Amino acid sequence: MPASLNLYALIAQRLGIALITLVIVSFAVFFATELLPGDVAQILLGQAATPQAVAGLREAMGLNQPAIYRFLHWLVGLASGDLGISYVNNMPVAKLIGDRLVNSLKLAGVTTLFAVPIALGLGIGAAMWRGSIFDRVVSMLTISVISVPEFMVATLAVLIFAVWLGWLPALSYGADVSSWATVLRAYAMPVITLGFVISAQMIRMTRAAVIETINTSYVEMALLKGASRRRMVLRHALPNALGPIANAVALSLSYLVGGVIIVETIFNYPGVAKLMVDAVSTRDLPLIQSCAMIFCVSHLTLITLADLIAILANPRLRHR
Amino acid sequence: MTPDRVSFRLPTPRGLGYSFNRVGRIGLAVILFWAVVAVFGTWLTPYPVGKIVDSDYFSPMSGSFWMGSDYLGRDMLSRIIMGAHYTVGIALTSVTLACTAGVIFGMIAAVIGGWFDTILSRLLDAFNGIPSLLFGLVVVAAVGSSIPVLVLTLATIYAPGAYRFARALAVNVNTMDFVTVARARGERTPYLILHEILPNILGPVLADLGLRFVFIVLVLSGLSFLGLGVQPPNADWGALVRENIEGLSLGAPAVIFPSIAIASLTISVNMFIDNLPTRIRDRSE
Amino acid sequence: MTDSFIVSVRDLTIGATTDSGRKVQIIKGVSFDIAPGEIVALIGESGSGKTTIALSLMGHTRPGCAITGGRILMQGHDVTAMDEKARSGLRGTAVSYVPQSAAAAFNPSQRILQQVIEISTIHKLMPRAQAERKAVELFRALALPGPETIGNRFPHQVSGGQLQRLSAAMALIGDPQLVIFDEPTTALDVTTQIEVLRAFKSVMKKSGAAGVYVSHDLAVVAQIADRIIVLKGGEIQEEGTAQQILHAPVHPYTRQLVAAFAPVPHSLAQIERQAHEKPILQVEGLFVGYGPMSGGEPHVKILKDVNFRLERGRNLGVIGESGSGKSTLARAIAGIVPAYRGNMLLDGQELHPALAERSKEELRRAQIVFQLADTALNPAQSIGTILGRPLTFYKGTAGAAREARVIELLDMVRLPAGLRHRLPGELSGGQKQRVNLARALAAEPELILCDEITSALDTVVAAAILDLLKELQRALSLSYMFISHDLSTVEAICDDVLVMYKGEVVEALPAAQMSRQAEHPYSKLLISSVPQLDTGWLAGLEQDPELVAAFSRR
Repeated sequence: MPASLNLYALIAQRLGIALITLVIVSFAVFFATELLPGDVAQILLGQAATPQAVAGLREAMGLNQPAIYRFLHWLVGLASGDLGISYVNNMPVAKLIGDRLVNSLKLAGVTTLFAVPIALGLGIGAAMWRGSIFDRVVSMLTISVISVPEFMVATLAVLIFAVWLGWLPALSYGADVSSWATVLRAYAMPVITLGFVISAQMIRMTRAAVIETINTSYVEMALLKGASRRRMVLRHALPNALGPIANAVALSLSYLVGGVIIVETIFNYPGVAKLMVDAVSTRDLPLIQSCAMIFCVSHLTLITLADLIAILANPRLRHR
Repeated sequence: MTPDRVSFRLPTPRGLGYSFNRVGRIGLAVILFWAVVAVFGTWLTPYPVGKIVDSDYFSPMSGSFWMGSDYLGRDMLSRIIMGAHYTVGIALTSVTLACTAGVIFGMIAAVIGGWFDTILSRLLDAFNGIPSLLFGLVVVAAVGSSIPVLVLTLATIYAPGAYRFARALAVNVNTMDFVTVARARGERTPYLILHEILPNILGPVLADLGLRFVFIVLVLSGLSFLGLGVQPPNADWGALVRENIEGLSLGAPAVIFPSIAIASLTISVNMFIDNLPTRIRDRSE
Repeated sequence: MTDSFIVSVRDLTIGATTDSGRKVQIIKGVSFDIAPGEIVALIGESGSGKTTIALSLMGHTRPGCAITGGRILMQGHDVTAMDEKARSGLRGTAVSYVPQSAAAAFNPSQRILQQVIEISTIHKLMPRAQAERKAVELFRALALPGPETIGNRFPHQVSGGQLQRLSAAMALIGDPQLVIFDEPTTALDVTTQIEVLRAFKSVMKKSGAAGVYVSHDLAVVAQIADRIIVLKGGEIQEEGTAQQILHAPVHPYTRQLVAAFAPVPHSLAQIERQAHEKPILQVEGLFVGYGPMSGGEPHVKILKDVNFRLERGRNLGVIGESGSGKSTLARAIAGIVPAYRGNMLLDGQELHPALAERSKEELRRAQIVFQLADTALNPAQSIGTILGRPLTFYKGTAGAAREARVIELLDMVRLPAGLRHRLPGELSGGQKQRVNLARALAAEPELILCDEITSALDTVVAAAILDLLKELQRALSLSYMFISHDLSTVEAICDDVLVMYKGEVVEALPAAQMSRQAEHPYSKLLISSVPQLDTGWLAGLEQDPELVAAFSRR
């Protein structure tokens, strides 16, 4: 490794890459929505509008300016917190998103809190007792959950917990939030569904990462020193699998971003994803762009975070 | 050793130097079944796909309607056969496009290296950073949904991943001495890619193609479930679930069978890939 | 009955399950004893089962393998009958292990000291402070620099030779009665190997423990072992004292092993030459490096000012330790790594530094052959395709003519014609290396650059390849440039030798007079460090410690 690549340089490099990626992603989001067919002014005014009215609106919305100029204008707006005005109800997008974002973050937070410890425990356990009944059951379950669409997991959850058992309400929001028990009941269905989906991925990736380190010479060496299986995995394999595990967690959590779209729709949960799906049906471009950017930024943050953890967990880089 | 039991099976992969376990065989069988249904489905439907043939809706399984009827009273079996056509067809076309493009560019980037590699890799990595369902939503919002749009969108979503995967494999093969020998002989890039690298990454690339196929089926079903995928009167399996979701509380087969169809396809692809036939490496001459 | 021995192995058989589920026996009934304080060497080629036997003494078999019969009595307790818990109680305290690659066997995320004393932690042998003191004593006994502080470092912060000695400390911390050394110096350079061997020998004498020393290298084993067991194909061929095995081998296989070691004097190949002929290869002031260029010089410089000439029909050896730049020299001549300064003349004609700028004819005349036939042959192509491609590429040969020529080439390297339909994975190591050579011959070159082509092969197989090279040289009037870290190989085939150190040629010598004429201190050190087939060699070896300190990275 060249001497110039020290720890700080590497971290700075990763942050730089994240920033460049963000610009490219926003470019893609902007042009995917703005430059594709369909004149916005025409759509907003409907087919019956006079050409003059359309031209006037185009002028007013700044649509006659070069695309690259509008992109930069939009980007500067984003950076300063100005997300633009919704086409549909003329409200500032930031205001529309505000509460919804808090709701989405709550859902993601509660899911993470439950799913991550369970998934890591099961993944590491499956790796530790590889080939056992426990491992095979966990593997079979995870492969099944990964293989079915989120809406089926959600549907099954509704079928079991709400329809057959009648324990939980099928819809989450608007329910009574006065006591702990009711809040728990309100969040339960979406959290269970999302939890299943992201844990399955996390378990698989964690298991693979730990097994890979178990197969190294230094873990065999620990065995030849008389270490127990537990010690081999927890002391020797796990610390060296930290980077890949962080990556697994980040990738799975970032999947929350995609999976949440389906889950929020099914459970009618008023989060950003539901807002975006509604915006898609009304073709409210500024709203779509902003929601898309929120998802992309959170995805990118998670991935970059995992990257940084992997760098910090590498003893070769930490102790030079 | 029980050689007599081996000779009992018809065309054994073992005879070709491969071992293939039972889970993998079941997976392959289900995949082949759905492939046949998707290709020859048009001639197999017992009733016209769009025609209302049952007086009742959400009717249970019966002798005349093997999988019951849907929310309008159409035959579910016929609709699932049609759904196979769309789900398998769209997913297969997209995954083929995505992987072909990804693998070709991945190999070129690995062999040429330098600026071409750096720029392409950075750009596609950035693209990889967009959640897939979300990208689908944005594009569909912008251009509206049609089958070519779906195919291209899904292919675009999964090409960067295929590129990244193929490039990583090709970079490994590229450092092998036999590639260096070919280069020292004076071979040009097309020969290196087609004869030295491609045959050595083909196995993992095909496995990756299978996994991506599963993801595409899932995203496509998700889009259709949100009403943004295949548009009526046509329907893929995701759209069938959406159409008949109200039958859920009735436990109607109309909502259960398309779900089973999706799950059986994706699970068996996963099963097949986790248990691919492995080459028997021990020589017993 | 066997109380006087630390270990008694009786009729040990170990089975393995192959990919296809076929069960094979890899150890076929092995019996031997080890007395207290005695060092026994297990010697054999790859696949002889030497490591498998050594690991089984700890009750451990690699995945897919299992002890299928026999007994291993460790101080009267049968290891084969123990459960996993009882076995782990044995590991580290009764018997411990020094691995082949200490670099891979140390956990990269823990400090060295913590790993060295781990055995005492696991088996609760002594308080931590006492264990740490004991570790420092061992570090001192193993002649490690800075014994008080070296334990606070991480494995990647110390050199390979030091790690290997640290792993010996790790093995000795629990005062075992038996220490297993699994090819512990194979990955090291010769000058480093001496230090490590000396350290092992002295701590083993001090501790009084018995040892099992696994190796393929008879000369290394001769320095440390009291008794030698010769293995082949999972069976014992011969067992005897070190003296007897080296000087009076009985079994034909042992004789073959010892014979392969004896230097074969090389006589100059008789090729008709005209006096005014140009040298086949002349290199003048060659500089090679890689990385971003600044001011006409690359970021990392590897070769500095290399000069030599190779006359037609003669062979040039290039020797040096890892990192000396000898492989880079071959790659620069082949154009794979372009030189940034200097000239290369092939038969008097200037070669462009970069591969892409050379003509097909220039490329054809000089071929390169790599060390590892495993990676040098495309696993997806049949031998026929591999050998046929250069024919098509350089000469446009196709169809039946190509097939005939492929068969001819196989015959030249003494391989049956039927092999052309096989894939490289179906061939043995020696066969692969022959195919590797045949591919170079297919181009009908005048110069072959051989990069460590015998290093990965077993002694007997390597000797056969060297014979083949000589034979081909006579038949085809070839010239070889032979890169190797193994001096006896170079001696056997070369006329002249270049000694390289840190990217520079420190001395050029006639191969036959290497040890006598060497003048440069590094050449002397390198040549004197090659183990000899003599049990007293290491004890009698005197090297200037300052020289060693200056040149070997210990």
